[in-house]
Amino acid sequence: MISYNDFLNDIKSKKITSFEFTSQIFSKIKLNIELNAFITITEESALNQAKESDLRFKEGTQRPLEGMIIAIKDNISTKDIRTTCASKMLENYSPIYDANVITRIKEAGGIIIGKTNMDEFAMGSSNETSFFGSVKNPLNHNKIPGGSSGGSASAVSSGLCHLALGSDTGGSIRQPASFCGIYGYKPSYGRISRYGLIAFASSLDQIGFLSAEIDSISRITDVLSGEDEKDSTCLKKPNISSLDSLNNFPSEFKVGVMGKDLLEKCNSEVYETYCESIEKIKALGGEIVDVDFRFTEAWIPTYYILATAEASSNLSRFDGVRFGFRANLSEKQKIYKTTRSQGFGAEVKRRIMTGTYVLSSGYYDAYYKKAQQVRRVISDDYNTAFSKVDFIFIPTTPSTAFGFNEKSADPVMMYLSDFFTASANLAGIPGINIPIKNNSEGMPIGMQIQTKHLDDEKLLMFANFLGLKLKN
Amino acid sequence: MRDKYVAVIGLEVHAQLLTKTKAFCSCINEYGGLPNTQTCPVCLGMPGSLPVLNKMLVEYSIMMGLATNCKIRKHSRFSRKNYFYQDLPKGYQITQYDDPICYDGYVEIEKEEGLKRIRVNRIHIEEDTGKSNHDLDIDTLVDLNRAGVPLIEIVTEPDIASAEEAYKYLTQIKNSLIYLNICSGNMEEGALRCDANISVMLKGADKYGTRAEVKNMNSFRNVEKAIEYEVNRQIEIIENGGSVVQETRMWDGAKNITKSMRSKEMAHDYRYFPEPDLLGIEVSDEWKETLKSKLPELPLAKKIRFETHYGLNKRDAGILTDDISIAKYFELACSVLIIKNERRYKLISNWIQSDVMRLMSEKSVNIVELNLNPTIISQLSDLSDDGVISNKIAKEIFIEAISSGKLPNDIVNEKGLKQLSDTTLIEEIVVKVIASNPETLEKYKSGKTNFMGFFVGQVLKETKGQANPQIVSDLVKKHLES
Repeated sequence: MISYNDFLNDIKSKKITSFEFTSQIFSKIKLNIELNAFITITEESALNQAKESDLRFKEGTQRPLEGMIIAIKDNISTKDIRTTCASKMLENYSPIYDANVITRIKEAGGIIIGKTNMDEFAMGSSNETSFFGSVKNPLNHNKIPGGSSGGSASAVSSGLCHLALGSDTGGSIRQPASFCGIYGYKPSYGRISRYGLIAFASSLDQIGFLSAEIDSISRITDVLSGEDEKDSTCLKKPNISSLDSLNNFPSEFKVGVMGKDLLEKCNSEVYETYCESIEKIKALGGEIVDVDFRFTEAWIPTYYILATAEASSNLSRFDGVRFGFRANLSEKQKIYKTTRSQGFGAEVKRRIMTGTYVLSSGYYDAYYKKAQQVRRVISDDYNTAFSKVDFIFIPTTPSTAFGFNEKSADPVMMYLSDFFTASANLAGIPGINIPIKNNSEGMPIGMQIQTKHLDDEKLLMFANFLGLKLKN
Repeated sequence: MRDKYVAVIGLEVHAQLLTKTKAFCSCINEYGGLPNTQTCPVCLGMPGSLPVLNKMLVEYSIMMGLATNCKIRKHSRFSRKNYFYQDLPKGYQITQYDDPICYDGYVEIEKEEGLKRIRVNRIHIEEDTGKSNHDLDIDTLVDLNRAGVPLIEIVTEPDIASAEEAYKYLTQIKNSLIYLNICSGNMEEGALRCDANISVMLKGADKYGTRAEVKNMNSFRNVEKAIEYEVNRQIEIIENGGSVVQETRMWDGAKNITKSMRSKEMAHDYRYFPEPDLLGIEVSDEWKETLKSKLPELPLAKKIRFETHYGLNKRDAGILTDDISIAKYFELACSVLIIKNERRYKLISNWIQSDVMRLMSEKSVNIVELNLNPTIISQLSDLSDDGVISNKIAKEIFIEAISSGKLPNDIVNEKGLKQLSDTTLIEEIVVKVIASNPETLEKYKSGKTNFMGFFVGQVLKETKGQANPQIVSDLVKKHLES
């Protein structure tokens, strides 16, 4: 894995130029082609940007992300660079505009090296639903990297970038980060503009970051946070800088933990790591408090009802009329049906159908409306919890990375692997995966911390703290 | 047979609002641009784009709500209406479903027996779709300039009982929109559209009949005709022992009939749910009151004021207030009268309805474009009511005023066109004319009194038409009889 801080030092001591460094990255990407982490690479524009970075380093006019090597999940719109959502539907689609985050990264001197592989339309937990093929876990090529931001996690974990952008709707950043042994941060809903993120479930989607180091995450959070006139759900930038407050470690803190019954969903190695970590937190001076959540058995159903309902509507625009794939047909009437049948993969179709069902007249009250009510309960329970504790500490995933085809035949089993992550999206709160240790087979185990909505700076500070103290 | 039944009609009116930009993006909102030139990622429905609410649209909607006596909801939100169509780029329409911004209002229409209230169930905000052009040989072509144009939908309760009432209601709605300056009201351009829910039932029945929804009526006249047709069609079905089917029907303007479009079974399931990309609309009391205080006088109120304040009859008041710029013009002309009284207001009203409107139609312009100084008709009304000029002269002066740009008072002075009202002067001429026509005088005296006209004519001729005809006639009579 590579460090942006090291890179800055090397630039300072003139050991390397941004151009040289970026060139090396592309050589490395080509060496690691079998990971299948990228769908598109943008070598030429990246190298041009690197030249500009070198000029700025020389002049001393470097910007906040100058020379940072950044990979972008392929559901974030990049002008004139194809943005596929890992779907046949958008195989040859190039957006006519940049997402807000892309504009800001470019302005801040970040170097975009390409678009990363993912589960199709971010629907999946293993990266196996990609039209462009599965991504491999760099730590064990027989294992999945997690999903849906699997390409981003794999690229960071194998040192192909300093940082990658992902999107997290129910755990799609935190889970692959956990499987690949890196930090994966889902900001509070509304902290970062979604303009240009191809929507899966609008009320749950959030752009976030994966990196080997928390500094880089804080740096980019500071750059990308803040109001966007093109996203009504995006909120004002906080007054404090995350990077500046990264080392303001607390002397006293209260940490909420989940009841034992919920942890039965974890396998033993995750559970043991969790218990060990709690002991360490106690030793660091943390007060451990049990927090209660109601209807936890309804978390995953609630998440899948709301997410698929929104998805069924969000994905309606892929009809072959204006952009993307269109089935080759002479009969106009059948264009929609055939285009969508051929253009979407099985998991996407499954979710569109589920979402269509839960919104249908006669079923709306029983499913969608009820799920909205449960969502409010989850939000309330988190609020109650955060009136007692500063952070909630829970596992990120019930297990370590699994093998290919291990769960893909059973969608429900796959869905249940989101148990520890989806509730944060439902409540709109921030969450982050901290890599803790590797199991006996060398596969990473991660733990998650969550905090109050918009307390992201505090979350990143605490992640930095625990990251330093909990690692073996 | 018809008398046994009553019609139960509800109208849904869509009005495009004249905001500068579209409902949820910053594209210009204008009719008639080249296809697909007034578009952006948002209204094209490009993946990843997000809607942002136009505040002006909310203001306009509240204004129409206030104008129709609606309550304004403090907190309302948007929903998505999902369906597939090539001119609906996102695959859903952003609209309001559960809690529209305005609700529980009414509009009054004038009937013989007095005012009738048509209740307004709701007014909600939504976005327009694009336009499909099927008329071309090549293929169906889609123009998305209209996609995202702001609309309000005004929905009545089933309070309308005839085609005539529907026509009156529509006129009220259209004029209100125009008075508020929030909609062009142009039905041909699609700025105003109307669907009707129509059913019939036996008089005194307590349950409504099965209704049909009629669409595609693109003029006020067609709405009237379609309702008339549909009511008769339903009555006929029932009279023949059949039952009306719940369905959507199209008005076929060429054949003057309604025809079935889709049945209830084929109705869409729109799968409405709250739009997650937009925040709710919050309307503070303060905002509402500010808008209320800025509301102009509305058509019906203005009409009634024209009747009471200017003493105009219903017909005149109706014609003058039908177009807000004509109403303004009338009031401006009245305000510069030297002597203000109902007789002179009526004269101004006559001027507008005859010569001014004729000029407008000759030139195919509206009253603003006609650019006619209202002082002209105001002075003409003063001059003729003062008896200074005759009607005939007034018409001539009007034409000259238009071509020269001079005011009537100046023209009258310059040309010495003042009507002769000096009786001694006129009397001299009368005496002279009678004296120089002794033979005609004889004939008159022998009983042929119709020769009086001859003398009056001769006197008017002598005075080059400037003598007041009434005075001349009185004097001639007096001297012939003496």
